[in-house]
Amino acid sequence: MNLLFDERLDGELPHRDKTAVLAELQATLPTLTLLHREEDLRPFECDGLAAYRVLPMLVALPDDLEQVATLMRCCHELGVPVVTRGAGTGLSGGALPLERGVLLVMSRFQRILELDPEARTARVQPGVRNLAITEAAAPHGLYYAPDPSSQIACSIGGNVAENAGGVHCLKYGLTVHNVLALEIITLEGERMRLGGEALDAPGFDLLALFNGSEGMLGVVTEVTVKLLPSPETAKVLMASFDDVGKAGQAVGDIIAAGIVPGGLEMMDNLAIRAAEDFIHAGYPVDAEAILLCELDGVEADVDDDCDTVRGVLENAGATDIRLARDEAERTRFWSGRKNAFPAVGRISPDYYCMDGTIPRRALPEVLGTIASLSAEYGLRVANVFHAGDGNMHPLILFDANREGELERAEALGGRILEACVAAGGSITGEHGVGREKINQMCVQFPTGELTTFHAVKAAFDPVGLLNPGKNIPTLARCAEFGAMHVHHGELPHPELPRF
Amino acid sequence: MASHQGSLPDRDISEALGERIRRADAEGTPLRIVGGDTKAFLGNTVDSKPLSTREHRGITRYDPVELIVSVRAGTPLAELEARLDEQGQRLPFEPPHFGDAATVGGMVATGLSGPRRPWAGAVRDFVLGIRLIDRHGASLRFGGEVMKNVAGYDLSRLMVGAQGCLGLLAEVSLKVLPKPAAQHSLRLEMPLAQARRHLIEWGRQPLPITAAAWLDGALHLRLEGGPGSVDATGRHLGGESLDATFWSALREQHLTFFTREDDSRPLWRLSLPQQAPAPELEDVDETTMLHDWAGAQRWLRCAAPEETVHDEAIRLGGHATHWRSGTGSPFTPLPPVLAKYHRRLKAELDPNGIFNPGRLYAEL
Repeated sequence: MNLLFDERLDGELPHRDKTAVLAELQATLPTLTLLHREEDLRPFECDGLAAYRVLPMLVALPDDLEQVATLMRCCHELGVPVVTRGAGTGLSGGALPLERGVLLVMSRFQRILELDPEARTARVQPGVRNLAITEAAAPHGLYYAPDPSSQIACSIGGNVAENAGGVHCLKYGLTVHNVLALEIITLEGERMRLGGEALDAPGFDLLALFNGSEGMLGVVTEVTVKLLPSPETAKVLMASFDDVGKAGQAVGDIIAAGIVPGGLEMMDNLAIRAAEDFIHAGYPVDAEAILLCELDGVEADVDDDCDTVRGVLENAGATDIRLARDEAERTRFWSGRKNAFPAVGRISPDYYCMDGTIPRRALPEVLGTIASLSAEYGLRVANVFHAGDGNMHPLILFDANREGELERAEALGGRILEACVAAGGSITGEHGVGREKINQMCVQFPTGELTTFHAVKAAFDPVGLLNPGKNIPTLARCAEFGAMHVHHGELPHPELPRF
Repeated sequence: MASHQGSLPDRDISEALGERIRRADAEGTPLRIVGGDTKAFLGNTVDSKPLSTREHRGITRYDPVELIVSVRAGTPLAELEARLDEQGQRLPFEPPHFGDAATVGGMVATGLSGPRRPWAGAVRDFVLGIRLIDRHGASLRFGGEVMKNVAGYDLSRLMVGAQGCLGLLAEVSLKVLPKPAAQHSLRLEMPLAQARRHLIEWGRQPLPITAAAWLDGALHLRLEGGPGSVDATGRHLGGESLDATFWSALREQHLTFFTREDDSRPLWRLSLPQQAPAPELEDVDETTMLHDWAGAQRWLRCAAPEETVHDEAIRLGGHATHWRSGTGSPFTPLPPVLAKYHRRLKAELDPNGIFNPGRLYAEL
């Protein structure tokens, strides 16, 4: 399962001489920062999926939109592929460079252009950090709802490209639900505006289409987001369970009681212990699972809901239920969950984070499957979930320095995603397909659907220069991957180097 | 599921629909996709063979604990709503029916949402997955029955409001939500300017408002949530209590504003930023307009030329729809670059132009 661009499977890429492309771009865009020396390119060789690294041909760091538009026009004319990158925190290799492509880095676009507390909107450049929007809105009693774990560092442009989620999605939605308008620069260098400050726009919903399109259809150059009034109060209940299945059942019971929590998160024992060692959040280290249930809104309603949820949790067999006494404890409870990934990073040399979604009812069954796969592959798996919306993040623990462990971790990850699809779910809930899950797309989508995706791509990028090799696999790749499956995941090209 | 008395039985006719489409594509014969035909007025007239989805009906999966329902396109909207209601759930975007025959497919294809839209979201915000019959007659599945899914392009939401111009919407999976424990509607006499100031101020607070419409010198509000917050807010705002049927009458355009016969000027819908100032149109007085969605959806009667109204809506940061226009596209024209990519998308997904050609715009 080679994740680096493979022309045989991903389609041919134009061969352009680096020196000639550099000279051409420098001549056309004399003020554009263009990195071309190996030592300057090195920091951009990977995104948050650090196991995969490729040196881009060139890195462009534009300062203004005119440069972006001209760069796109030039690359289009020269036939040079363009990979767009935001903060580089993505976990699926969506911003993995191409050795024959330009990496367009949008990190210099860091301005909040307008924050209108009356309209409850913020118009921002794509390099603005997710959390920076909430920080700017906070003095007005407002916030930006989607809160991916990487919100300190990730940029809003990348959030749009991946349709990022977070721990409050069930109630407040994903990025697509919270973006009002986008400014786009197309491959041909044109500017267009999708959506607007009104609540709808005429024509096709291209705004929805561009959310989660992983830089395959155009470059996001400005984002207008919706801001929400901060809830009057938020309370968190933490429930311990002696059985993961019981915790899974409790999740459904809470929803069945007519409650839509602001956040509903679950962690298994391995994740609990790792997080507790790291953050000292006060988690019960002997519990098989914990649920964190946040209820937010108006004080009186939240108190009522807390009582209801407490009753549901008791009936579901919770061994201990604690209400965060104050804001400090609430923050601590969340901090353990939000730092679950780095916490697991402390107990294992490497970990591989998965992102499957399943119908909630399948939670106990899929957890069972993960446990047996974990035993089969001889690798530990820590489980953290956005349980409210069925989005699982199994973390596979491995040591890349041990011969074959990375490959085993990848193979195990692939099997977990396939189990999600078999349960009626999806291979990615919020991290995106990128390069990482390009093969699993073949499991989720048959030929007809893939062909339709290619048709949509062709409407915006008929020559395939925007982020080639990501998000949607070619039919050739799926044919190969399908054949590989027959051979029980045996790697077809053992001679190829693994990074 | 057992079908309701007197209605059509639950059936999956996607193969027959696919066969009709495949043939139409081969022959290059355009199709007019029809559900309940209650929203035919919302677009260009498509002069071609009707293809009815009405027999393709039934709720294929509904598990209230999952908060997800999957429904075939021809299912009557009223039937779906009744089924959700039995479980204490609902479609939060409060879709208008405009007739008893309204279907779920038509609801998604037109993408219209009711008074709760600014607070709860629109149809597109609750669409999780679709089955689409493409020009080859193949039934394709995008999205699914899960809350979060970012695999591939979001074809599901792209189809909302596309009025069948990119393919036949055969089935849809929707997120549903529990109905709130408490609801209270009220009416506050106040001038428009004051209502607008209040709505801005209240919009910045976590109040349980889920509908706000100003007309005839009064602001009409709906509160929904827990009993504690609804009671407290209701007491704080005061006013006279309003029958909840006001909102369905508003949604279905049964209010006198819509039904009066003493004003023959065309009806327009303006979708504007909430804060947008009054439109400057010769024969329009702002206080005679209906301001729904806290001001983001404004209804007016206006005799100005279509182009003038569209231009004014664009100037104010939004767009306009000539309601029940009868001829031509009722929608604000797209800017050139956007129009170019609409045409390209149409050409890719429907190169022979068989799916509701011209319905949204003549060139699509």
